Amino acid sequence: MTALLDVKDLVKTFGTGDVATQVLRGLSLDLAKGEMAALLGPSGSGKSTLLTILGTLMKPTSGRYHMLGQDLIAAQDKELTAFRNLHIGFVFQFHNLLPDFTALENVIFPTAVREGRESPAARARGRDLLVRMGLQERIDFPSTKLSGGQKQRVAVARALMNSPELVLADEPTGNLDRASAMQVMELIAQINREEGTTFLISTHDEKIANLCRRQLMVGDGVLTG
Amino acid sequence: MLYAFKISARYLTANKGQTVLLVTGVAVGVFIFIFMSALIGGLAEFILSRTVGDLSHITIAAESDDPAILVTADGHMLVVTERGQTRTATLAEAATWLPLIAAVPGVKAVSPQINGAGFLTRGGQVSQVSVTGVEPGRESAILDLESYMIEGSARLGSGLIVLGTDLADDLALSLGQTLRLQSSQGVSAALTLSGIFETGNGGMDGARAFVSLSTARTLFAMPQGVTQIEIKLDDLNMADATARHIVSLTGLDAVPWTDGAEQLMEALNAQAQTGYFLKTFALITIVIGVASALLLSTYRRRPEIGIMRAMGAGRGFVVFVFVTQGALVGLMGGLMGASLGYLALLPFPSRDAFRAGTLPMDITQGSYGLAITLTVIGAIFASILPARAAANVDPVTAIGQ
Repeated sequence: MTALLDVKDLVKTFGTGDVATQVLRGLSLDLAKGEMAALLGPSGSGKSTLLTILGTLMKPTSGRYHMLGQDLIAAQDKELTAFRNLHIGFVFQFHNLLPDFTALENVIFPTAVREGRESPAARARGRDLLVRMGLQERIDFPSTKLSGGQKQRVAVARALMNSPELVLADEPTGNLDRASAMQVMELIAQINREEGTTFLISTHDEKIANLCRRQLMVGDGVLTG
Repeated sequence: MLYAFKISARYLTANKGQTVLLVTGVAVGVFIFIFMSALIGGLAEFILSRTVGDLSHITIAAESDDPAILVTADGHMLVVTERGQTRTATLAEAATWLPLIAAVPGVKAVSPQINGAGFLTRGGQVSQVSVTGVEPGRESAILDLESYMIEGSARLGSGLIVLGTDLADDLALSLGQTLRLQSSQGVSAALTLSGIFETGNGGMDGARAFVSLSTARTLFAMPQGVTQIEIKLDDLNMADATARHIVSLTGLDAVPWTDGAEQLMEALNAQAQTGYFLKTFALITIVIGVASALLLSTYRRRPEIGIMRAMGAGRGFVVFVFVTQGALVGLMGGLMGASLGYLALLPFPSRDAFRAGTLPMDITQGSYGLAITLTVIGAIFASILPARAAANVDPVTAIGQ
């Protein structure tokens, strides 16, 4: 498989002096296009920090991070914002939908913000994604009126809106009941199979992790397995 | 940017109560701005119309002849003056200049006059008066005599005289009665009281008499010419420029009303400055109100801003969303305040109908466009700080909230 991202000796330290805390201690990782990997590890092991750095929302203290051949550590904020919009999707534990927007408006946000308008093509793709997520009855529903599982499926649709190469999911099922969690994971697996989107999913749940073809264990700021 | 505009509008409509309060606050500021503009402008109009409105805006007076100078054989100079102040300077060629002055742009009326002093006698009573001889038909050209008439008519003619009410009372005169007027030239004439006016100005009502120009010629032994030409303008604020124009055109000594009215001008300027201060405070209040409300909104929406940034929204986009919110609040508040201001000013009398005892609000001086423009600019300015704060939100921290 073709390489998607390549991380070498990633170090992240929060704070300075006596209160400095090193969360990542030289972590290295590579992901190929089309992979579906689970990121396992105890709380505080650095999973979320790693996802945040991979999502270009935070810079590491040191190390190397290349994705699609681009050096994302040297890149400026403006370039990173554009890169993130086009190539990286996010699914958060608490869905993080925009509360004053409908399900469809939330889904098409990444495209609309790039194009500067809600184009008919974007609206059509957003509708398709919501139908695919089984939310055809909730397309124009205010996001605040959706159930937890529905919100998370809208969040998955939003992450896929710009057909990114990589979707980073931080405990995407952590706030859902078992049935909803399995439903969301099945959708993720289906998209991974059908569209070849790479997923890196942080989870504490081994059952969820077992749905992924690759499991990565983080411990003490490095990959341990 | 159309999409940023949509998000701004959505944020405003999402919290209707807060938006209504914010817009109302801005509208109150704009209302005060407009109210103050109309009041200060109207007050200035009122003061000017009361103090200058009935006066000549430009006066061309005859220059007194210089005393004759004789040089004696031993080189001493002798200045020859006439005894007393009986000699009256005249504008001998006034008739030549009148059509020329009347054609000057902005000139509303021209009134050639003969002015002088005299004594009114009736029975054993004597009163000193200031006599003004005006052309019949031009009685109300400068002082709107017709509007001040309480008895009789302002219309002057041969053998007729119009007096102020106090003077008529002092001499116990009533309409149609005859009295004698003796001029400072020593000429006297029997005149019939044809009208009594009341201006409310004691000096005018108690010591002023109007006669026809022909009567004045006889009284002041002035067969031709006039002592002064009074000019009324469409806009009294144009007096300086028009006076200069008349001087360049005729060479006559045209004096605008502003000469010698420095204290009045200073008072009006001080009043205008007060208005500027009050309007500035109203604008500052708007800016602070909008800035604080948007700062609160920024703080409340930090998680959403974080999500937007994570989804690929640039800092510029976030700035635009909040600045647009400020502009929309300014525009809505400006329009609302201007409309309320206009409606509130409607019941007040128009500038031409200002009367003592009423607030001289001039609806035409509300500065509506300026108020709206300054409010929108102020609101945009006020939203820059919150917008920058929003753009600098760290998505990781914000999403974590």
